[in-house]
Amino acid sequence: MSQIGSFALLLALGLSAYSFVAGFLSLFTRSAASARLGETARRAGIATFAAVLLAGIVLVLAAFNDDFSIAYIFHHSNRDLPAAYKFAVLWSGQEGSLLFWSLLLAGYGFVLRLRYKTDQRLFAYASVIIASVQVFFLLILNFAAHPFAIMEGALPADGTGLNPLLQYPEMVIHPPMLYLGYVGFTVPFAFALGALIMKYPGEKWIHITRRWTMVTWCFLTIGVFLGAHWAYAVLGWGGYWGWDPVENASLMPWLTGTAFLHSVIMQEKRGMLKVWNMALIFATFLLSMLGTFLTRSGVISSVHAFAQSSIGTWFLVFIGLTLAVCSFFLVANRDHLKSEHKLESLVSRESSFLFNNLLLLVVCFTILWGTFFPILSEFVQGHKVTVGPPFFNRVAIPVALLLLLLTAVGPLLAWRKTSIESLKRNFLFPAIGSLAVGGMMILFGVRPWEDPSYFYATVAAILSALVIFTVVSEFLRGGRVIAGKSGQNLFAAMIHLYHRNTRRYGGYIVHFGVALVIIGILGTPFNKEVEKEMGFGDKINIGPYTLVCQSYTQDDNPNYGNEWAIINVFRGGKLITTMYPERRFYKASGQPQTLPRIYPSFREDLFLVTDVYLVYEGKNETTGRPIIKAHLNPLVPWIWIGLIVMVFGTITALVPNEAAVRVAATTPVREPAQVGAGD
Amino acid sequence: MKTSNLLTSCHPERSEGPAFRDGRNSQRRWLQAAILALAVIVFMGAGDDSARFKDLGHRMICTCGCGQVLLECNHVGCQSSTKMRDELLAALDKGTTNNDDLILQGFVQEYGPTVIAAPTAVGFDRVAWIMPFLVLALGIAFAVHIVRSWKNRPEPALADGIVIPRGSELDEFRRKARKETDL
Repeated sequence: MSQIGSFALLLALGLSAYSFVAGFLSLFTRSAASARLGETARRAGIATFAAVLLAGIVLVLAAFNDDFSIAYIFHHSNRDLPAAYKFAVLWSGQEGSLLFWSLLLAGYGFVLRLRYKTDQRLFAYASVIIASVQVFFLLILNFAAHPFAIMEGALPADGTGLNPLLQYPEMVIHPPMLYLGYVGFTVPFAFALGALIMKYPGEKWIHITRRWTMVTWCFLTIGVFLGAHWAYAVLGWGGYWGWDPVENASLMPWLTGTAFLHSVIMQEKRGMLKVWNMALIFATFLLSMLGTFLTRSGVISSVHAFAQSSIGTWFLVFIGLTLAVCSFFLVANRDHLKSEHKLESLVSRESSFLFNNLLLLVVCFTILWGTFFPILSEFVQGHKVTVGPPFFNRVAIPVALLLLLLTAVGPLLAWRKTSIESLKRNFLFPAIGSLAVGGMMILFGVRPWEDPSYFYATVAAILSALVIFTVVSEFLRGGRVIAGKSGQNLFAAMIHLYHRNTRRYGGYIVHFGVALVIIGILGTPFNKEVEKEMGFGDKINIGPYTLVCQSYTQDDNPNYGNEWAIINVFRGGKLITTMYPERRFYKASGQPQTLPRIYPSFREDLFLVTDVYLVYEGKNETTGRPIIKAHLNPLVPWIWIGLIVMVFGTITALVPNEAAVRVAATTPVREPAQVGAGD
Repeated sequence: MKTSNLLTSCHPERSEGPAFRDGRNSQRRWLQAAILALAVIVFMGAGDDSARFKDLGHRMICTCGCGQVLLECNHVGCQSSTKMRDELLAALDKGTTNNDDLILQGFVQEYGPTVIAAPTAVGFDRVAWIMPFLVLALGIAFAVHIVRSWKNRPEPALADGIVIPRGSELDEFRRKARKETDL
């Protein structure tokens, strides 16, 4: 089986190398032969997908067949591993995850090459660029991190098993989502670089890549949040974001990708920020690669990182080369990127986009700086320093709050210039509403002057409310106008309004989701925790809950042995649920793992949503009784609700406008249908 | 009215005379008030032992390798965090020093400089704190410069007979358009 996989990988390398070289040659010669050469390059690119897919299937089959002659399967699987996790073996280790990266890239390339008729020349450029990235990954897979390497010596009877931390349902979804995001940014990057090299006229490349970018951004968003949820539900420390280098690595391309999604609107609407947009998408792709480098090189220690290996050098060379190529064409073709319009006022939609981009990039820089500062410090001072959560919280949070303010203010500003009257008219209701929220927080006992974290929480609550109220007021205002003219009821009018400009109003829904996420985060300063050794009938009081230890029990299955406490949860004297915080011991790997149990709930009062979080800490050596740690984490469920709203908003923004659909249905033109006028 | 001074001082055509100086003084007072408020926020906090324990415990990292802040590390079987918390409590109970930096220094001597959760405010470590705000300041200055330079850029030449409305005339068109669409 390993020979088939190895052959498939070699074949894929040959095909992608051919796709790159032949495609490259066909772009710079003008003849019938070069057109045929370009077509063979396209087909080789399609065939690359088939070959990489075959390699991926072989690796998964090897996991299902317990083929421990393959070193990767031996190190990441065992006979009693449940089927879902055997499938997840594909991305659970260094080599497999690189194969998965390559597979997704080949998949994106496959779709792109099938849709080449949209704009053959631009797609040919993009195809060559994607092929070059594909060659890089296949070189690593074939020569530096081979997933089909054979075990030396006697064939082992069983594997060492999958890391217990990865044996959680979300790990079957989280990495693919994250990788779809990371890899997906290769597509807009390829189109942007292609458009720059060929001096593509107009903004059509942005129209073509808009959906790619939004879908990719959506995947990355889901991936980042699922990672946070996994950390929350599995790692057992009661938090969801620890500013770990690997977490940071996933956030950086998300930030630049978000900046790009906003600033391309300026290019589409006003022909501005062309150089900036190019730089942003280049940065997003490079940061995706940097994230991949960080998790694999061992240059920075992290609980999320793969084992240390030599492939870091490969990535550094690739990132350096890409940066050189991008910089060269950005400078050489800068005349092609001249702005068509100018900014007229600091108080305008354009300026808000500009400052939104600036703040997103400052947050991104802060994270990048903090992530690499230990290395810099070691170089300069001779010793490493830790750059942990206190640094990021103190530096990034104020900037993020400014960003939240712009999220609220930006949509209410008019293009070109905003008058004071319209500012007053648009901001009156949202500003009063949000200040009322701040006042209510103080009424309910939050004292922002007592602690900086309370201050930040109060400001974040006010700004989140401002975002929500501005979104609601935008829908209401537009809905009322349509209702007045069409006679529809307000709700139907707002639906109609959304269909007229899905991207704009879908974007507002995403902003709404962001505000909910911030609301979820701002509960952090109010977290509580209690730890107690519990015998039968012992109690813990935490917040409005009383936890009573009912019993302990244990179980066993081929994969792991486990024990858990049975805890009855009372609220107001009434039993509301029973929780089973658990501790497992995985047999193949010999590693223990705690599995917290979460009872998510949210009260109607915005400020007092509760979420009980228990960790079975193990037993007291002397008494033999389990130690239970209970956390009360207010508002956390809103983070995940906010994610759902953000994803919903992105999906709604992807729906074509009503007008565009009608035009597309009646116009026999092969141009891609434009998704509305934009924001 | 201080507020109106502040607002009018933003207009370049009013950038001379006593009104402008009043505006600048007012701006300075606002700036001083803002800096004072920021300083209060940054340095506020109670000084009792439990608050000090919380504060110091959040300024150190657990040395077990988890990368968590000391008081937030609750990994099963983590000996490091329990030991370090006990040491911190003991240092506070002794009461020999009210200087938190000395307590932290004791931990640095025992566990090395990486035990401190964030760069300090001395020596090269200061660069870690300065850079993000420097980048922010430079970025804002650059963005304002861009907007201003674009604002002053001459309009492209138009064909004969076409007149672009400007200034109050353009604002009037915008006002009408917004009134008609109510958007």
